Amino acid sequence: MAVVFEKTKGLTEKPTHYCPGCTHGIIHRLVAESLEELGLLDKAVGVAPVGCAVFAYDYFSCDMQEAAHGRAPACATGIKRVHPDSAVFTYQGDGDLASIGAAEIVHAAMRGEKVTTIFVNNAIYGMTGGQMAPTTLVGQKATTAPLGRDENHCGMPLRISEMLATIPKAVFVERVSVHDVPNILKAKKAIKKAFEIQMKGLGFTIVEVLSTCPTNWGKTPVEALKWLKENMVPYYPVQNFRTPEEVK
Amino acid sequence: MARELWKGNEAIAEAAIKAGCRFFFGYPITPQNEIPEYMSLRLPQEGGCFLQAESEVAAINMVYGAAGAGARVMTSSSSPGISLKQEGISYIAGAELPCVVVNIVRGGPGLGGIQPAQSDYFQATKGGGHGDYHLVVLAPDSIQEAVNLVQEAFDIADAYRNPVMILGDGMIGQMMEPVEFVGVPKRQLPEKTWATTGLRGRENHNIINSLFIDPAVCETHNQRLFKKYAEIEKNEIKVEEYNLEGAEIVFAAYGTVSRIVKNAIKALEKEGIKAGLIRPITLWPFPKANFLKAADMPSVKAFMSVEMSMGQMVEDVELSVKGKKPVYFYGRTGGMIPTPKAIVEEAKKILGGAK
Ligand SMILES: Cc1ncc(C[n+]2csc(CCOP(=O)(O)OP(=O)(O)O)c2C)c(N)n1
Ligand code: SF4
Ligand SMILES: [Mg+2]
Repeated sequence: MAVVFEKTKGLTEKPTHYCPGCTHGIIHRLVAESLEELGLLDKAVGVAPVGCAVFAYDYFSCDMQEAAHGRAPACATGIKRVHPDSAVFTYQGDGDLASIGAAEIVHAAMRGEKVTTIFVNNAIYGMTGGQMAPTTLVGQKATTAPLGRDENHCGMPLRISEMLATIPKAVFVERVSVHDVPNILKAKKAIKKAFEIQMKGLGFTIVEVLSTCPTNWGKTPVEALKWLKENMVPYYPVQNFRTPEEVK
Repeated sequence: MARELWKGNEAIAEAAIKAGCRFFFGYPITPQNEIPEYMSLRLPQEGGCFLQAESEVAAINMVYGAAGAGARVMTSSSSPGISLKQEGISYIAGAELPCVVVNIVRGGPGLGGIQPAQSDYFQATKGGGHGDYHLVVLAPDSIQEAVNLVQEAFDIADAYRNPVMILGDGMIGQMMEPVEFVGVPKRQLPEKTWATTGLRGRENHNIINSLFIDPAVCETHNQRLFKKYAEIEKNEIKVEEYNLEGAEIVFAAYGTVSRIVKNAIKALEKEGIKAGLIRPITLWPFPKANFLKAADMPSVKAFMSVEMSMGQMVEDVELSVKGKKPVYFYGRTGGMIPTPKAIVEEAKKILGGAK
């Protein structure tokens, strides 16, 4: 019988703890498949965040570190400087990266650290139960914004990819989404490209992935995919912001 | 090698390189700036890497990453910067990563001042960050001892998979003294089979982590850490006893203050008063037994802790002496330095009162 689909060697056998319909799982698979297809599993070191993906160290089959909240880019810097030939990635949520870890991500990008950041933007603090994130949309309800985010009170959601794209050594910046199959395929392509560019030593690479949190958005998995498409994509355009000349 | 004149901070940096340290992540702060400055020039010459981080928070997490990847790595700072590093130090202790952290202490609290102090004793020896953990804390009294201790610190860190802190007051960092870079005996160290190097043919993935979500597992982890700390307490205590024979008063002092106390002891001797000193070199593990033994000496009437703080180590002296003899304190703080004369006067007051 022909094999139509096989689980990637980049993931362990451990069942994940993600809520049903959460797209964190899809993103894990895309990262793991990319590493496997590029033959990088043997020299990859990942850094898990604090957030719903905190246990990512149990799910990826490569070497892993678990960082303090927001500090994954600093840990990744330490790892990559020690093993410059390894494939180092961080996997971070929007609270982790855009709020408490804003300084670490900006400076990793500024230095052009040769690592890849997978930035999972679900516009909410998932793990702690649905508090407002810097990426929460205006009007979107959160447990600490019960009437919806008020831009006059707490500002406008942060567009991380646009911001990082102004940094010269952030050589590959792309925002993707996983709300349907065509977008998932595009997301995979971007992630793979980011790792390829890292291995060429060209600079810092980041793929922002728009992701769902059905649990804290108070939606079914299907409603959540639709909400992402209709509300997040207009504010967070899915596009490439920078690709190095060498790989165009 | 001949004796050479070295500034403390630079000697500490060179000693680290001689001990095989090849990675340094730091952030500028007075009075330790010569350490990162020296490293930025020397580490590339040795095929290593110096990085100036965006903050102490980032620096200590770079240390976490590099230590987890198996490297000999160091960071240094002074008091306010060490406060910022406490988050990372707690994670490093939890994940059992070997590294060396240098604190060239200045006056506090807050921005405090930039002159020498010992007011970070609590922070260094009682945890500092969250959770139950210990650093090994080494307190040199001279630049020569700093050089020796820095070299040994890396071995201690690797032997126990534990962060080691060098606690030097501002004077250790800033003064110049003759130094000889004598090799410290190297220990037999276990291989870092746990490091995240990338699998490179290894079958099971390595994980560097301090999260134990199941409370029973988290408790077991803590109990295991404390078994390790008990081993360290058994094996690693370093202490100097000075002039204890027949002493009426026993001083407790560490770092450069112990040298001032030695002068006070000589002055007291001239006045016919016998005084001695117990100088903890490891502040954690604390040489409790030495104090208890001195407390049992019939000649000893009192203890006096002399510190550049408002009284921190004195608490450990009291705990060690177990109420057998009175324990007094004399200190200057905020960057002020106790004089031998003031110490002599305090000691005479105590002995007068203790009659
Ligand atoms: C220093 C610190 N502050 C706060 C927390 C609590 N905390 C855990 S996860 C989290 C938010 C994570 O949200 P995000 O990064 O968006 O990830 P998600 O769960 O949405 O995937 C917070 C605030 C922590 N663990 N450490
Ligand atoms: S809380 Fe949200 S982000 Fe976290 S696993 Fe559940 S659905 Fe996913
Ligand atoms: Mg989130």
